[in-house]
Amino acid sequence: MKIALTQTQVRDLVEQMASAISNKLADKNPLIVGIHTGGVWVAKALVEELGSDFFDAPLGTLNIAYYRDDFTRIGMHPQVTPSDLPFSVDGRHLLLVDDVLHSGRTTRAALNEIFDYGRPASVTLAVLIERNGRELPIQPDITGKVVEVVKGQQIKLTNTSGLQLEYRIKEQAE
Amino acid sequence: MKNNQLTESGHLRHFLTIEGLKKPLLTEIMDRAEQFSGITRRQVKKVPLLRGKTIVNLFFENSTRTRSTFELAAKRLSADVMNFNISTSATSKGESLLDTLHNLESMHTDMFVVRHNQSGAAEFIAQHVSPHVSVINAGDGCHAHPTQAMLDMFTIRRHKQSFPDLRVAIVGDILHSRVARSQIQALSILGVGEIRVIGPKTLLPDDCQTLGVHVYHDMEAGLEGVDVIIMLRLQLERMQGALIPSAREYFQCFGLTEEKLSYAKPDAIVMHPGPINRGVEIASTVADGPQSVILEQVTHGIAVRMAVMAMSLGAHSEQNELLA
Repeated sequence: MKIALTQTQVRDLVEQMASAISNKLADKNPLIVGIHTGGVWVAKALVEELGSDFFDAPLGTLNIAYYRDDFTRIGMHPQVTPSDLPFSVDGRHLLLVDDVLHSGRTTRAALNEIFDYGRPASVTLAVLIERNGRELPIQPDITGKVVEVVKGQQIKLTNTSGLQLEYRIKEQAE
Repeated sequence: MKNNQLTESGHLRHFLTIEGLKKPLLTEIMDRAEQFSGITRRQVKKVPLLRGKTIVNLFFENSTRTRSTFELAAKRLSADVMNFNISTSATSKGESLLDTLHNLESMHTDMFVVRHNQSGAAEFIAQHVSPHVSVINAGDGCHAHPTQAMLDMFTIRRHKQSFPDLRVAIVGDILHSRVARSQIQALSILGVGEIRVIGPKTLLPDDCQTLGVHVYHDMEAGLEGVDVIIMLRLQLERMQGALIPSAREYFQCFGLTEEKLSYAKPDAIVMHPGPINRGVEIASTVADGPQSVILEQVTHGIAVRMAVMAMSLGAHSEQNELLA
C-alpha cells in the first residue's frame, strides 16, 4: 500500500471543492446525496466544511446495488445499507457526491436510482478524484484532483482515523 | 447432507423448504427484505435488478393473495411475469406436469413459482428444470410454504427484539398446515425460546414432541405469557372429515377472542396467514384490533418474496458458475 494523498491533502481538496460548490450552488437551496460508501464520507466532509445550513435537508445516501449493470455477471452484492433520501427530489437542485470517478458506471446507476425518487431540477456531480478509465460519457462538474492511475493499480479512499487516499494493487478485473 | 436448494458455495438457488437451511441464510433473507421494503415509499416502486428475466407463476391450486404478492414482488424487481392457472388450463386437457413444464421452459423462463396440492411438487419440478432455472415453492400439499414462514419471521422481527427471548404459540390445524410446518422449522433455526402448538388432538400431529414444540389442548394454558400468537386458518373440509364437531364449537374452544388474548403478554402480536375465517378461528374484534399485524404480514410478503427471488436468480451469475 502506498499513500496517494495524506489526510491533510484530502482535507485541502475538500476545502477547495466546498468553495467551488458554494460558488455554483449557493443560491439554489441545494440537497446533497452521497454514494455509498466513499461518496458518503466525502459528502459528510463537505457538509462539515460548508456548514449544515448550506443544504436544505440532512445528507441523503444512495446505495446503487440494485441498479448495477453486472447482476448477470456477479449476482447479488454482499449485504448493503439501503438508500435513504430523507427529502423529495422533485424540482430540487441535487449535489451528487462520489469519492472516485472511474468507469462512470456507478454514476450512471446513481442517476437512474435518483430518477426513481422523482424529477430533480438539476444534478451536479462532485468527485474527490477524477481518474482515467471512463467507459461512459459522464464527466464531473466539480473535481478535487485529477489522478492518472497506471495499469494494474487502483486507488481507494479509506477512512480509519480520517480520509486518506491509497494506491492498491488491482485485485481482479472489474 | 447436501441441500439441493443451495449452490456449491451455499447460495440460495431454489427456495423449496426451510428445512435444512442455516440461520445466516434466514437472516440474509430478512435483511434483504428490509432493504427492499423501502422501495415502496418512492415514486417509482421498482428497481431494475431482474430486468429482462421471465418469471412464471405456476399455480395448480387457487390463491389470490400469494399469487398476487409474488407477481407484485417480481414486477417491483422489473421482471416479466406470466400467470398460469393450471387447474383451468392444459392439465385439464390431459397434458402431464412435465410436458407443461417443458413447454413453459422453452419460452425461456428463468424462474417458476409453484403452488400445488401435492407435497413435493416444487421439488419435483426443481429436479427437472434446466440448470439456469430457479424454482420457488409457493406451497405444496401439507409439506411446506417457506416464503410465508419467512414473511412471518420478518414480521416478528419487526416487532420483537430477539428471537431467543420469545415465546410463540401456533394455534389451530397444525396437522394439515404446511404454513405451521415451515414456521416451526424457521422458529427453531432462529433459536426461538419456546414454541407452543395449541389445538384439538385430532388436528395435531403425533410427532409434535420430536418437532421440539410444547403441546397444549387448552387456550388459557397455551397462551399464558406468549409474545406472538399465530392463528391458522381452519379449512372447512376438515369439518366434513369429522375432525372437529362444528365451527361454533371450534370457536368456543380455540377461537381467539379478546378474553383469550388477555392470557398472552399485554404486548403480544396476533398473526394469521390469511384468508381469515371471522368467527371461526378469530373474532373480528381481535383481527381488527390493535395487537393484530395481519395486514402488515401481507405487505411484508412482497419484500420477502423480492428478497428470495433476487437471491435465487443472483445465484446463477457467471461468477458463481465459475466458482462452482
